[in-house]
Amino acid sequence: MTILINDKPHELDEPCSVAILLERHGARAGSVAVAHNEQFVSRANYATTIMQDGDTLEIVAPMQGG
Amino acid sequence: MWTLADATLQSRFLIGTALYPSPESMRQAIQASGSEVVTVSLRRQQAGSGGGNDFWELIRSLNVHVLPNTAGCHTIKEVMATAHMARELFDTNWIKVEIIGDEYTLQPDTAQLLAVTESLIRDGFEVFPYTTDDLVVAQRLADLGCRIVMPWASPIGSGQGLLNLYALETMRARLPQTTLIIDAGIGKPSDATRALELGFDGVLLNSAVALARDPVGMASAFRYALNAGRAAYEAGVMQPRNMAQPSTPTLGTPFWVQSN
Repeated sequence: MTILINDKPHELDEPCSVAILLERHGARAGSVAVAHNEQFVSRANYATTIMQDGDTLEIVAPMQGG
Repeated sequence: MWTLADATLQSRFLIGTALYPSPESMRQAIQASGSEVVTVSLRRQQAGSGGGNDFWELIRSLNVHVLPNTAGCHTIKEVMATAHMARELFDTNWIKVEIIGDEYTLQPDTAQLLAVTESLIRDGFEVFPYTTDDLVVAQRLADLGCRIVMPWASPIGSGQGLLNLYALETMRARLPQTTLIIDAGIGKPSDATRALELGFDGVLLNSAVALARDPVGMASAFRYALNAGRAAYEAGVMQPRNMAQPSTPTLGTPFWVQSN
């Protein structure tokens, strides 16, 4: 199955939680925020939000802004 | 001292964190500005980077209020997701809502702005809406519960200053209870002074400082300019007159002759 993380395709063998994907992505807890299929996912729901084939995940971090 | 949402502030200067030559010049400029509110944003995290934490640590060390924005969003769905991510990441319910309707001018889509503002207020956000100088849109935002409305002076990053004084003065007069912040288009310190002289509560800017030859010096210049504008507003600017009026008393002037 294929998912998109920050618009880039990733292959997964099976459905997988956001918590596991964040760990694989090297994102430290508390330093990023996440949207699954364009819907915000709170930290409390990382373990129970499961990525399915075709899903999208946005992982964002703080940056400069005006 | 004044109140912005629930914060009590000294400075009326809200400053952006983008476009500086270096993180150190940004830090020094923010300090020179005297600002207590800085805007921040979100970007996609690079794999393995652990997050943009050098920047975030620097901002946290300044002990200022953080105002996250939704820059780059074009749809209500994008704004909603970005606002919720920002609330969790920056630990604030403040959100500067930018929802762009036109790429060329970065003019906000005010129809969508009204719709998304209603949803965000329902979700507990303190919405700082970036809008145009359209009076009725500003009134509708206030009707929805916005305590703060942020009209542009001119397009983002253009530095053209206050292009429509009539619209801005009218908005100030018609929304006396709403906190009005000029957001976008300020180019020179005199633009900021003018905005404060008109009774605007504050100014939010970024490019005018960050793109100056000396951002730290310009941040300081804006600090003085804002203070001057506010002091002038509180002191009451004289009414302009069409004809000259002598400022020196004429009574007893040497060589004075009664004219016809």
